Amino acid sequence: MDRMPRWADVLLVPALSLLLAGAISALVILAIGENPWQALTIMVTGALGSTYGWGYTLYYATNFIFTGLAVALAIHARLFNIGAEGQAAIGGLGVALAMLHLPWPHWSLALLGAMVASALFGAAWALIPAILQAKRGSHIVITTIMFNFIAAALLNYLLVGPLKPPGTMETATARFPPETHLPDFRQMFSWGDTVLFRGTPANITFFVALLACVAVWFLVWRTRLGYEIRAFGLSEPAARYAGIGATRIITVTMLLSGALAGLMAINNTLGEAERLILNAVEGAGFIGIAVALMGRAHPLGVFLAAILFGALYQGGAELALWTSIPREMVVVIQALVILFTGALDNMVRMPVERLFARRRARAALSPPGPTLHPPGRAAAPSDPGKPAE
Amino acid sequence: MTQLSTLLGATAALALAAGAAVASPAVIFDLGGKFDRSFNESAFNGAERWREETGQSYAEFELTAEPQREQAIRRFAEQGHDPVIMVGFMSATPLEQIAPDYPETTFVIVDAVVDQPNVRSVVFNEHEGSYLVGMLAAMASETGTVGFVGGMDIPLIRKFACGYAQGVKAVNPDATVLVNFTGTTPAAWNDPARGSELTLAQISQGADVVYAAAGGTGVGVLQTAADRGILSIGVDSNQNYLHPGQVLTSMIKRVDNAVYEAMAGGEGLETGVQVMGVANDGVGWALDEHNEALITEEMRAAVTEAEEKIASGELQVHDYMTDETCPALTF
Repeated sequence: MDRMPRWADVLLVPALSLLLAGAISALVILAIGENPWQALTIMVTGALGSTYGWGYTLYYATNFIFTGLAVALAIHARLFNIGAEGQAAIGGLGVALAMLHLPWPHWSLALLGAMVASALFGAAWALIPAILQAKRGSHIVITTIMFNFIAAALLNYLLVGPLKPPGTMETATARFPPETHLPDFRQMFSWGDTVLFRGTPANITFFVALLACVAVWFLVWRTRLGYEIRAFGLSEPAARYAGIGATRIITVTMLLSGALAGLMAINNTLGEAERLILNAVEGAGFIGIAVALMGRAHPLGVFLAAILFGALYQGGAELALWTSIPREMVVVIQALVILFTGALDNMVRMPVERLFARRRARAALSPPGPTLHPPGRAAAPSDPGKPAE
Repeated sequence: MTQLSTLLGATAALALAAGAAVASPAVIFDLGGKFDRSFNESAFNGAERWREETGQSYAEFELTAEPQREQAIRRFAEQGHDPVIMVGFMSATPLEQIAPDYPETTFVIVDAVVDQPNVRSVVFNEHEGSYLVGMLAAMASETGTVGFVGGMDIPLIRKFACGYAQGVKAVNPDATVLVNFTGTTPAAWNDPARGSELTLAQISQGADVVYAAAGGTGVGVLQTAADRGILSIGVDSNQNYLHPGQVLTSMIKRVDNAVYEAMAGGEGLETGVQVMGVANDGVGWALDEHNEALITEEMRAAVTEAEEKIASGELQVHDYMTDETCPALTF
């Protein structure tokens, strides 16, 4: 049915893309006179070689899982949600307002409250672009980008004025009360004298992110709504013909997508900073696009891609801490990975697909026993395994 | 696999060796990066001056994400660097929590006050320096309208604007001060094109002197002012040389001195709050061969008098941060 087996689609293509990105990064590092092998070792051990590294990797990954899921869910309805950045920022506003203005007796309640507040605020921020798309046909890409800027302006106003404690220079809210502080990995996984994840920001939100992965998988592949979303994404006219309302699907999908992006705020605002900081999202909304593309919009893929990008972030920081490789170079390496896994995906995918198609054609044309048929390209059109989508 | 573990072991050993080295200073630059032509670069210049003069080395890190503040502070403290210097007010809250964990290490933070026994907090009276250049702007202006282009709209930049407006009004109570901010995201610190647009808009409203307190965006402000034949005022470091004869002056904030002194102080550095103002040459206005033709004898006398009064405490420039209002300006 597919041009190539599932394992090649999910594992081989991303792995080849990564290798290519790594090879070019190595050339770049060589060009500035550093040792690529040493750089790679520092990045890998720094990100994955200790619970300390994992503590940062998983913290970043948690952010990327939420924004990646947000983008991935929208992709199923053929909507390109570029607004995860703004939705996550507004989600942070929801968390901050809830934490600062309501009494929370225990962190578990605070976590639930933060989930509700961040999801509601994030969804609300996606609502207007969704309605504009559904009712007026204003392109969702344009409107969500615009809403990122509106979110930034709104937060800037609030954090320079009304929400900032008077007399402080920092553009941030006051710290949330201690009862709301979420348990971090150090508190959760250390026992006796063994201290793991010391000083790292990873916290219980990671497990919320895992739950979100399962929930999105269930929604998309196991519910009626998920079926409608996918049907709508595959063919809008067919979906309409089947009685699926475009307005409803667009609105609901964007609300869910915005809610997922908003949930990210639990991690960075309640879990890590314990206050709302200006520009707290720091581009995670945009990384989410790369994560969703690399993960083929599947929750498991999103999870794995998010871990990869988390490791890149943490590994990049270690690289800057231990070597004289400038931080711009670290950004170049990260950008190469995004470029190859996201934007240039087809560059690797198509040759691999051709390779598999040729192999299959050869297998189809050569029944057991010796044959003289050349496995030429001409055989391809008659291939019964043409893709349906 | 064996080869890999050997390598990992080697890296770990390297890390330990670095940690055991003699205490050297470490500098943490803020998100703008050390080549922002402004605040961070000034800190970088101070560190480089120390390195050249002493021949010793220092560790450095440029932040790229918020969680790295804590990561970098802890890492440098654990490696035995002393003092650990960070520039930027956003590090105040992380440092407040981390400093007690490393009582043997001295921390230095520039642009914020952290009340811990092992922290030196260096703050600048930017409002005083801005007041002085505001006076010069008002005296140089023929239209009675002067402009201010800020970077991102944050309290610190409002502090600049407020001091500037007070200086302008002190010379000419009827003067108009136009205030614009470049944007609401950190991109506002590096958007010369938008700085240029804002300058043009202010010129069309009659401004003939424009003060840029906007990091990299200021380059566009100064350029447009020079192209259109009006005067501009630079910020943080002396930017008079950028357009000789067309930059009225620069409001100098000696972040480099703060970093240099902290490094020179070494491990036994004195802690507490250090206020860098007009009185101790922490802030001031730049006068060099590029702008001396623009500064008349009368202007120089007036500003020098104000400097003396500020230094003696006779003249109090209102600080926006104290009550978040400004007598000379509404935001």
